[in-house]
Amino acid sequence: MVNLNARTGDAIVWLLLLTAPFWLPLTGGYVELGTEILVYALAAMALNFLLGYTGVLSFGHAAYFGLGAYGTAVIMKYVYESTPVAMAFGVMLGTAAAAIIGPLIVRLRGVYFAMCTIAFGQVFYFIAFQWRDFTGGDDGLSAWHREPLHFGFATLDILNNSKALYFFTLTVFAVAVGIMAFLLRSPFGRTLLAIRENERRARFLGIPVDRHIWMSWVVSCAFVSLAGVMYALLNDFVDPRALRWDQSGNFVIMAVLGGMRSFWGPLLGAAIFIVLRDYVSSHTENWMSFVGLIFVVVVMFFPRGLLGMVRRRLTS
Amino acid sequence: MSLLRVENVSKHFGSLIAVDNISMMVEPGELRAVIGPNGAGKTTFFNMISGFLTQTSGNIIFDGEDISKLLPARRVWRGIARTFQITEVFPELSVSENLRIAVEVASGYRTRIWQTADADDEVKARVVDLLQMGGLSEDADRLVGELSHGDQRATEIMMALALKPRLLLLDEPTAGMGDQETYDVTQLIRRLHRDEKLTIVLIEHDMRVVFHLADRIMVLAEGKMLAEGTPKDIAANDAVQAAYLGKAAA
Repeated sequence: MVNLNARTGDAIVWLLLLTAPFWLPLTGGYVELGTEILVYALAAMALNFLLGYTGVLSFGHAAYFGLGAYGTAVIMKYVYESTPVAMAFGVMLGTAAAAIIGPLIVRLRGVYFAMCTIAFGQVFYFIAFQWRDFTGGDDGLSAWHREPLHFGFATLDILNNSKALYFFTLTVFAVAVGIMAFLLRSPFGRTLLAIRENERRARFLGIPVDRHIWMSWVVSCAFVSLAGVMYALLNDFVDPRALRWDQSGNFVIMAVLGGMRSFWGPLLGAAIFIVLRDYVSSHTENWMSFVGLIFVVVVMFFPRGLLGMVRRRLTS
Repeated sequence: MSLLRVENVSKHFGSLIAVDNISMMVEPGELRAVIGPNGAGKTTFFNMISGFLTQTSGNIIFDGEDISKLLPARRVWRGIARTFQITEVFPELSVSENLRIAVEVASGYRTRIWQTADADDEVKARVVDLLQMGGLSEDADRLVGELSHGDQRATEIMMALALKPRLLLLDEPTAGMGDQETYDVTQLIRRLHRDEKLTIVLIEHDMRVVFHLADRIMVLAEGKMLAEGTPKDIAANDAVQAAYLGKAAA
């Protein structure tokens, strides 16, 4: 019964995502808005691999998001104009940074861990901000653009065709999300749940907790880097705000708003966040206050997020 | 050869001496009870064996090997499993998921990201065995957090057992339980000892449980060892009577 419900939920999500470019314009949206939601949803779901399924809160994921984005832009602008090459480099850059920084912080817990992730994140922000010659400083890296994808037998024109870009992003999103779901259903994934549920018990079952948190951190940061790569491709641009600490906060808000104990929660959170920003910001500059207000209400009354609340209604 | 040999172990917290120069030998297959009034240092003593705390001085030898400086997880890998005074389980997972994690970790699958169907079947069969042994079959799909105190404790003991330990440490297994629950958990421990030939060291307050189960008893008071012997010896020991047992167990 539970399984059936979960499968129905999955089917609905994929159906909505597959048809979004066709119904989004009818609701007053546009295709790029859908692509942006996918990008942020991937970032929030990647964060939630660590937050919701390992029980570790990072406030510095924007660093790896930004490294993915800058890695992509740098390759495109300075080295080689190939979308796949730039993507691969962006993901590798973000993942490598996370793998190296990880051992320095995985022994910390709670607020100390969160503070250190912010600190490391800000290091990358200031590098991007100060190194004008290479990163463009505050102005960011522009004057480059994503390249169409050539498959030999066919070409996907993600440069000029917004639907093509959407479906390419959706494919990347699906693969990434699929891998995360697969990992969470494995014995390794269950050790992460164990750590989230009760670290002391996990340790005394013989799980080397710090090492497993490091692994979860690297997986999470790898996929947030991938989200950063897609962000750069979507905008043909990247600037230091992509890796500033408030960006990290946005990912956390999306995950918590949608529901960090639900696999699709962060997707819902990202959708609400991006749509609110889009609609409210055309009326007032203070759109963030609305997001903040909704966030506070959700945290106070639905601590499991919006999707968590819906699921509770359905099952009780 | 003794399975566990604790040699002159002490633990100081600043100027407080919680455990003062205690030695203990536990033979394979033995069920040893550690008793003593509150603050006697029983749990501190336990925590040093399991690696939760590091001793100030002394050595802990397990199966001929000095484990004094090993991290908790490594002691688990060598065969020491424990439960806690306040039950430590995974409350928002089901009973079978709790046991499954323990079985998978014990089988060395903790870093596997995919599982063959055969390995998966083996894990599931072992979980079914453990559920049955712990009397938890009917609650297999319930969240552990929703179970009674006694069943949560049974789940924790079965998780420890899933590790196929050579030494099982139980810290007040019947703490906070009613009569029926105490009886059930006592019977469970008895089965593990008699049928599975498991070596067990337990801390316990309930004297009925202690005298019912233990092969040997060690009595601690104010961090020092007061007496050690068979239940008969301990019941007849005047110093123990005076310090701790009172008239109830006489």
